[in-house]
Amino acid sequence: MSAAADTATAIAAISTRGVARDFTAGQQTIRVLHGIDLDVRAGELTYLVGESGSGKTTLISIMCGILWPTEGEVRLFGTDIYRLSDSDLVDFRLRNVGFIFQQYNLIPAIDAASNAAVPLIAQGMDRLEARERAIELLAALNIAAQADKLPNQLSGGQQQRVAIARALVHQPRLIVCDEPTAALDARSGRRVMDLLREVALADDRSVIIVTHDNRIFDLADRILVLEDGRITHDGRDMPKDH
Amino acid sequence: MVWIAIRMLTGDATKFYGLLFGIAFSTLLITQQLTIFVNLIERGASGVYNVPSADVWVMDPVSRTTDVNLPMPSTALDRVRSVAGVEWAVPHLRAAASVRTKEGDLEGVSVIGVDDATLIGLPRRMASGAADVLERPDAVVIDDVGTTRFFPEGYDPVGERLELNDQRAVIMGVADAIPSFTSQVTLYTRYSRALNFVPGTRNRLSFVLVGAAPGVDAKALATRITQDTGLRARTRDEFARDGVDFIIENTGIPLNFGITVLLGFVVGVAIVGLTFSLFIRDNIKQFGALKAIGVNNAKIRRMVAAQAAMVGLIGYGLGVLGTVGFIWGFSSNPTFKGFYIPWQVPLISLVAVALILALTGWIALRRVLKTEPAAVFR
Repeated sequence: MSAAADTATAIAAISTRGVARDFTAGQQTIRVLHGIDLDVRAGELTYLVGESGSGKTTLISIMCGILWPTEGEVRLFGTDIYRLSDSDLVDFRLRNVGFIFQQYNLIPAIDAASNAAVPLIAQGMDRLEARERAIELLAALNIAAQADKLPNQLSGGQQQRVAIARALVHQPRLIVCDEPTAALDARSGRRVMDLLREVALADDRSVIIVTHDNRIFDLADRILVLEDGRITHDGRDMPKDH
Repeated sequence: MVWIAIRMLTGDATKFYGLLFGIAFSTLLITQQLTIFVNLIERGASGVYNVPSADVWVMDPVSRTTDVNLPMPSTALDRVRSVAGVEWAVPHLRAAASVRTKEGDLEGVSVIGVDDATLIGLPRRMASGAADVLERPDAVVIDDVGTTRFFPEGYDPVGERLELNDQRAVIMGVADAIPSFTSQVTLYTRYSRALNFVPGTRNRLSFVLVGAAPGVDAKALATRITQDTGLRARTRDEFARDGVDFIIENTGIPLNFGITVLLGFVVGVAIVGLTFSLFIRDNIKQFGALKAIGVNNAKIRRMVAAQAAMVGLIGYGLGVLGTVGFIWGFSSNPTFKGFYIPWQVPLISLVAVALILALTGWIALRRVLKTEPAAVFR
C-alpha cells in the first residue's frame, strides 16, 4: 500500500482495499466485485450508483459489515471489521452503523417511537428511556405527533421518517440508505434528500446512499458509479454518458 | 428485545390465536385423554379401593384380580387366621349373578358377600341408609352408580324388590362406591346370604380379607401368609396394582388412548409448527433488519424463545383449564364418578407442550438464524 493510500485510510470513514466478492450459482462461481479500492470521507453525502446487477448492493453490504468479502479489507473508522469476531462485528454494527432500508422494514406491531428506539433497546437501554430519546428525534423530523401510531397508520413518507429516526437514534458514524427515493415522486424525493442532509450528515458521520434515481444526482457531494463490479466513475457529478 | 418479540407475536392476532389454539387443543387432548385413561384403568382396582380396611388380600394362587378369581375352600379362612400377625381375617365373596328388572330385562350384576359380623367388605360410606340395614331379611345394598342403571335419575331405590338369581332381594341402602371398570351394577349383602343368592360349587370363598396386628408390616405379613398357607397374599397396594395391570395387559385401552395422546401431540406439532413457520415467514424481513441493525443471534434466540414461552404458557393454561372444566362439568355423570386429574398428567402435558414448542421453535428459529442480514438489501 502506498503512503498516500495510508494517509487516506487514516482519515477515511470507510476504506476498502482490494475488495472482491464471489457468488456461487450451481457449479459456477461468479465474481461480482473486482478489487474495489475506495475511501469514503466523513461529512460527505456519497451516492453509490449503478444499474441492476452492477454490484452496488453487494458493495454496500460489505462496506457496512453485513456481507463478508471473498477477498480484501474493509476499515470502518479505522477498524478492520472483518477481522473482528462474529459477535464483535454485530456489536460494532449496532454502535456504528444506521440503516435505512428501501422497504423501511418497520416492525408492524410496535408504534413509531418504539420502532425508532429499536437500536437503543438492542444496545440494552431501558425501553422507556429509549422511547423518550426516539420521540425527541421524531420531533426533529416533524412527526412527534405520530409517535404512538403503528406503522400501518402512517403514510409512506411518515414511515420513511420513522426509518430515518431509527437509523439515527443511536448516533452511528455511518448511515447507509438503500434507494430512499425509489417509491417517491420527484418533489418528495428531493425533500427526503434535503432531510437526510439536514439531520444525518455531520462532520464525523458519513452517509452513503445506494440509488439509481437520476432526479437526485445533483444533491450528492460525491458520486461513485459501479459497472460490472468495478468503480468506473468517482466525482462530484455524474459522467455525461449516463 | 423480549418486549418487542412479544409485541410482534401478539400484534398478529390471527397467528397468535392460531398458536394458542394449537397449544391449548393439544394440551386439552393430551391432558383429558390421559386423565380419563388413568381414572379408567384405576377402576380395575376399585374392588380393592372400596375396602380400605383390608391390609392384605388372600386368595387362591391362580386368582389375579378382584374380578378374576378362583374360589377357595372355606377352611382357608381358619388357616389364615392362624398365621402370626393376623389381627383379624374375614371371608369375602365376589360372584356374578343375574337380576330380572321390573321391565323383565335381565341384567348382569356383581354380588359381593361381606363379613356377617363386622360388615368388612362394604364400602366405607353409604349414600343412603346405614350399613346395618344388611341385618334385615333379604337385604342388599346397591352401589350408587348401579341405581342409575336400574332406576330413573333421582329415584330412591330403597325398598325396591329385585329378583336376584330367582330369589327375592330387597334394596335397603345405597353405597357410595367407586364404580367397577365395567360399571356393572354391584349388590352388597352379608356373606351367608350371598352364599344363597349365588349358586355355587364346592368352594365359595373368593378372598380372605386380613387386618394386620399393630406394628406388623403388611408386606411382611403377606409373605408370611403365603409361606404358611400356600395361598396367594397381596397387600392392598399390590393387589390394586394387579387390577390395573390386568387391564393394561388384557385390553386395548392403553393402545387406544396412547394413539389419541400421540395424535394430540402430532396435531399440536402440525398446527403450531405451521403457524409458527407462517409467523416467521411473515416477519423474516423484520428479523433480517434486526440482524442487520446489530441484534445478535443470542438475542434473536431469546426473542423466539420468549414468543414460544408466552404461547406455551397461555395455551397450556387454557388446555389444563379446559380439562378441569371437562372433569368438573361431567362430575355428576356416573361414568365419570370420582374422576380426578393426577398431578403427573399436567406435568406430562407440560413436557409435551415444551417438546412441541422446542421442535417447532427450533425449526422456525433455524430460518431466522440462516437469514443473511444482507438479504434486507435484496
